[in-house]
Amino acid sequence: MEYPSWGFYPVVKNQDTYILPNRITSIPSLTTSLLPRGLGRSYGDSCLNENGTLIITSQLNHFISFDESSGVLCCESGITFDEILKFAIPRGWFLPVTPGTKFVTVGGAIANDVHGKNHHCAGNFGHHVLSFELLRSNGERLRCSRIDNSDFFFATIGGLGLTGLITWAEFKLTKIQSSFISQEQIQFDSLADFLTLSEQSEKDFEFTVSWVDCVNTAKDVRGIFIRGNYCKPSESAVLKVHNTDTFKTVPLFFPEWILNSFSIRAFNELYYRKNLSHHKSNIVHYEPFFYPLDSIYHWNKIYGKRGFLQYQFVIPYKNDQGAALSEIFSLLQRSQMGSFLAVLKTFGSIPSEGMLSFPKEGITLALDFPNHGESLYEVLEQCDQIVRSVNGAVYPAKDARMRKESFAEFYPRLNEFEKYIDPNFSSSLWRRVK
Amino acid sequence: MKKILVIGATSAIAQEVAKLYAANSEELILWGRNSEMLHIISQDLLVRGGKKISSISHDLNDLAIHESKINEIWNTHSKIDIVLLAHGVLGNPRKAEVNQAEMLHLLNSNFVSHVSLLTFISQKMVQQGFGTIAVISSVAGDRGKQSNYVYGSAKAGMTAYTDGLRNRLFPTGVHVLNLKLGPVDTPMTKDHKKTALFGKAPSVAKGIVSAIEKKKNTVYLPMIWRYIMIIINSIPEAVFKRLKI
Repeated sequence: MEYPSWGFYPVVKNQDTYILPNRITSIPSLTTSLLPRGLGRSYGDSCLNENGTLIITSQLNHFISFDESSGVLCCESGITFDEILKFAIPRGWFLPVTPGTKFVTVGGAIANDVHGKNHHCAGNFGHHVLSFELLRSNGERLRCSRIDNSDFFFATIGGLGLTGLITWAEFKLTKIQSSFISQEQIQFDSLADFLTLSEQSEKDFEFTVSWVDCVNTAKDVRGIFIRGNYCKPSESAVLKVHNTDTFKTVPLFFPEWILNSFSIRAFNELYYRKNLSHHKSNIVHYEPFFYPLDSIYHWNKIYGKRGFLQYQFVIPYKNDQGAALSEIFSLLQRSQMGSFLAVLKTFGSIPSEGMLSFPKEGITLALDFPNHGESLYEVLEQCDQIVRSVNGAVYPAKDARMRKESFAEFYPRLNEFEKYIDPNFSSSLWRRVK
Repeated sequence: MKKILVIGATSAIAQEVAKLYAANSEELILWGRNSEMLHIISQDLLVRGGKKISSISHDLNDLAIHESKINEIWNTHSKIDIVLLAHGVLGNPRKAEVNQAEMLHLLNSNFVSHVSLLTFISQKMVQQGFGTIAVISSVAGDRGKQSNYVYGSAKAGMTAYTDGLRNRLFPTGVHVLNLKLGPVDTPMTKDHKKTALFGKAPSVAKGIVSAIEKKKNTVYLPMIWRYIMIIINSIPEAVFKRLKI
């Protein structure tokens, strides 16, 4: 069985696999380097281990305990967010923080310290983790929390799976009274408007995110600002779980010519115009609100066999009022590199706890590009330079190409982190950036 | 509240079936070999809503203890609504062609132990006058083929036995279900190249629970295998023996 990354780039060879049968078994002694692997939803090479072994956590899929009164769930690391939602929602609980797909494991969510649309009020997933067990390749089992083995705790949160294997974790769910979201969508046509909307919305809305059109040739960015809250019982008191059985799947790779600068431009134009009114309010189920792409199970194959690259960065914007961001937008427009989907959001001031966690206060933009090869890598390298110049960072879970100098600058606690790496663990990303 | 006895409870498919019953607040009795694994699974089922979970850890190939264990289960629980036999091994097909120990291991783990258990289970079920016995068999039992005919013949034996048992128990009110599974993506098939025809354990488990509820006689899971087997069974032997399957 092959284990590519979600973006199908880079393509690596000689990955052995070992399925860990349960959480009490030790990691076998192998001659190659090891890397834990959950669902492989990381886009680039942080979930790849060329010439090494992937430790598959699919059998670590058991719940351990759940406290109905506090919402504290203890479960094995291979359990998926999909499964947690199916369990928690009928009981009136939701994930405290979720990325844009529910097909991630608990272990992966911790290793990448994932964030969601509520970063400005909830921080990262790691902020909600109370404790976990870290299994090291020498058989040692460390119970880590903010009190016990706290150094390993903060190295492992956002630690890209390099500090050992998380066997189980304990974290707190959020109480909900409805599984529906009261949502508003507002068109904006400049970065300044986006920033004003963000600032206003973050006080009253738990979730905010924006879709932006970055292929439009007009001088400023335009997009749709989306904000929402869980419905109050008066609006909806229904606790309805998503239905996993109705997936449409993209079974084959699409031909590469389907996504070209014309079709991307057309898609963006249509998406912007679908909001016929300037301001629209409605009630939606959490599934399309949080996971719009999950309903097309293998959407990553739309980009064809050459794969695609994601690029997500964060930059502080308060000092320059978004000047660096505008520079990146105009660079992308000049280079004709169209992004099919561009997602913009502001991160709040809650400081990340992990030594290598990505989120920090500022504005974050996520883009994806068909893999055009060298010309794309050059443009992204130029973007990296702008991000570096304003003390931003690029998200390793979505990276396939940044240079080691950039990585060192984005993650200044790198040397401190290195002390906690398991001597037998490594990844393709790690060997590239270190 | 139903009482469900799951034999071979640590198998991936059995675990998925048990999760569905646990979420429905049923009582489960798990029988497997690995006591640590049974503990992990019991914890999981309790969190998912299982009302009462108990477990027995003993090697299922130890035929000598079958009668006393089955007596013990019925003495403790007084009645069992559903028995699922889910244990089995794929073994090493090439080795089983030439090595007596491997061949016996395959037959014991996929046929002899099941029949032995059912000898006692069927008596208890007849005494109580109700219940369903569901046996996980395989499409490999429908037609012998060179890639795994030792395993396949054990499953073919299983199919003939469950058909006969169903026929005998029908007047007593006890139902017997034969589940013919195609390949499923589980640790048992970890070394096999996964094709689009591979089933997923959670959806196969849903099919099993639904077949038990509907008192089906024989079901193919995933369902597509019913049609695949119609085609495979229709190939004339003169042609089939020349094929490399």
